Amino acid sequence: MAVEQLDIHLVLMMPEILVAIMAMALLLLSAWTHKGGAGVIHWLTMMTIVAVVLVIQVGSGTATTFGGQFITDDFSRYVKVVMCLGMVLPVLMSADYIRGHGMDGGEYHVVTMFAMLGGMIMASSGGFLILYLGLELMSLSLYVLAAWRRDDRCSSEAGLKYFVLGSVASGLLLYGISMVYGVTGGTGFAEVASFLGKPEGHGSQLLALGVVMILAGMGFKIAAVPFHMWAPDVYQGAPTPVTAFMSVVPKVAAIAALFRILFDVFPTYHVQWVPILQLFAVLSMAVGAFGGLVQTNIKRLLAYSSIGHVGYMLIGLVANSQAGAQGVLVYITIYLFMTVGVFGLIIAFDRQGLGENISDYQGLARKQPVMAFVMAMFMFSMAGIPPLAGFIGKFSIFMAAVKGGFIPLAVVGVLFSAVGAFYYIRVVKVMYFDQPEGEFKVTLSGGGFIVVSLSLFMIFFWGILPGDLLAWTGASVQAFH
Amino acid sequence: MMVADVIFYLFATVTVLSALGVVGARNPVHSVLFLVLAFFSTAGLFVLMGAEFLAAILVMVYMGAVAILFLFVVMMLDVDFSMLRRESVRYLPMGFVVGAVMLAELGLMMAHHPGEGLHLGLDNTDNTLAIGQALYTRFLYPFEVASLILLVALIGAVALTHRERKRVHRQDISTQLARTKEDAVELRKVASGEGA
Repeated sequence: MAVEQLDIHLVLMMPEILVAIMAMALLLLSAWTHKGGAGVIHWLTMMTIVAVVLVIQVGSGTATTFGGQFITDDFSRYVKVVMCLGMVLPVLMSADYIRGHGMDGGEYHVVTMFAMLGGMIMASSGGFLILYLGLELMSLSLYVLAAWRRDDRCSSEAGLKYFVLGSVASGLLLYGISMVYGVTGGTGFAEVASFLGKPEGHGSQLLALGVVMILAGMGFKIAAVPFHMWAPDVYQGAPTPVTAFMSVVPKVAAIAALFRILFDVFPTYHVQWVPILQLFAVLSMAVGAFGGLVQTNIKRLLAYSSIGHVGYMLIGLVANSQAGAQGVLVYITIYLFMTVGVFGLIIAFDRQGLGENISDYQGLARKQPVMAFVMAMFMFSMAGIPPLAGFIGKFSIFMAAVKGGFIPLAVVGVLFSAVGAFYYIRVVKVMYFDQPEGEFKVTLSGGGFIVVSLSLFMIFFWGILPGDLLAWTGASVQAFH
Repeated sequence: MMVADVIFYLFATVTVLSALGVVGARNPVHSVLFLVLAFFSTAGLFVLMGAEFLAAILVMVYMGAVAILFLFVVMMLDVDFSMLRRESVRYLPMGFVVGAVMLAELGLMMAHHPGEGLHLGLDNTDNTLAIGQALYTRFLYPFEVASLILLVALIGAVALTHRERKRVHRQDISTQLARTKEDAVELRKVASGEGA
């Protein structure tokens, strides 16, 4: 039997290889040094991610390897940098949270790195098989991370719930993939797309069902309604740094995978997927807006907030245009900094022993005006109030929707964003207008200070001068359409 | 009737009967042994189809490792199986419904595609070689990612369940070897007639 000649160019995969090798090396280091090496591993993790970002920058152009199973292009590089930020910032701000809650001992960082690696594989995937494997690598790591505080009942519950529901979602996704394979006879994106380009590739009911199943599976991973049930419990129960990580990296990865599936593989099936995503978007915005109104726990509130944000991002996908794709990238980048900043503050409150209830922040502005101001800015940005960056994100999404002819969807989006603004501003009201009950001595750790001030700077900077961000994202989505 | 047909029906009958035995046996250990038999007969069916690699894997991995682990678990867990059995009778009707639906589906499928698609086209190839070549060339990348998934599962299982146990006497070989006669043995002069 002749050995098949393959195009294997490992140099294209350097970022992934670097993450995998460093994760395994740190695993060995943590086993060797026991608890003593936790500090070293913490710093090595961050240095690795910085190195990965540099390596990603080296690449240019579009190239594939392993018979098209791995794609590297401007889009995947942009998304991977966002994921690296979504990983390194929570790690940076949570050094003493990890120590204080008995989560130290290296393995935590190793599993986080594997989760990010899974996300990077998804963003670069060139076929359903490797997409699924990347997704499983990421999800399995996240299930473990959610349950990391195993002596805490909420954390164990979060891990178990996420695991059981996530497995069902993976099953749905795999079932959908099997249908696509059954109809088209291939799992590679290019193979499937070329089959769909032929006359016999049109109007297959089974294929449409497969697309629906795939969307359901991916919808679960980004917590889009009606697949959002797990999000509030998991966000609340998981350790706070994990929640920060979980609300950014998996969403970025799954959205990136949706880009490839929808725009590269099924552009001819947009009649099927546009209405479905439209429904997801409207429902997500509704649940995000109204569900958040009654929450008392800040992490649950942020879970509903993230469901709402996913709704807005889906509008960008529905617009099915380059402007829409660019809007999604702009939104998700800004969302990263807002989310990480807020979680940085929650970790700082946790350091002082404050609870996670919104009522615990009563009168914070009287005692610590700077902290309250920073929190208020993040909340205003999430609500989408100019001149903060959250506004730019929503603006570019809604503009894309209007240009694409989805005017009712844009109107509904604006209305729900007004409803959602209520609960963000309620947090501000509790901090500024309620009487303080006790003393506040909230201080940021060194890493926390860097993360929160960087996030604050970015949401002001991009809110006023979004030019760079728009240029980067615009260049990254050239490949689509 | 061909010899191959006779062998097929023999293996198939044993597979089905032992599968019934798995759910029907009173003794859970017998259930696991029936499971081993079912695995083995299925391996025979694979050989008949020309998929000898799958057959070997089934025997080595499923019989050699998975079934034996099951046996360990069954023997170590102190579950009241008679209680469990009484409970399970209640689920019998639903089980029959599910089974009947699956049988109907299978029948429909067979009616539309009589015998088609069952031929695997593996007759004259060395499929260990074929699988190996596919796995380590075209599917090398997915294969490596799958290995990372298994690694994460391993780390996760240990990280979530391993506990540092205090007050456990561990063997420390270097300390043991460093012990000398001086700090281990004490010589005492015992007066005659007073030793215990």
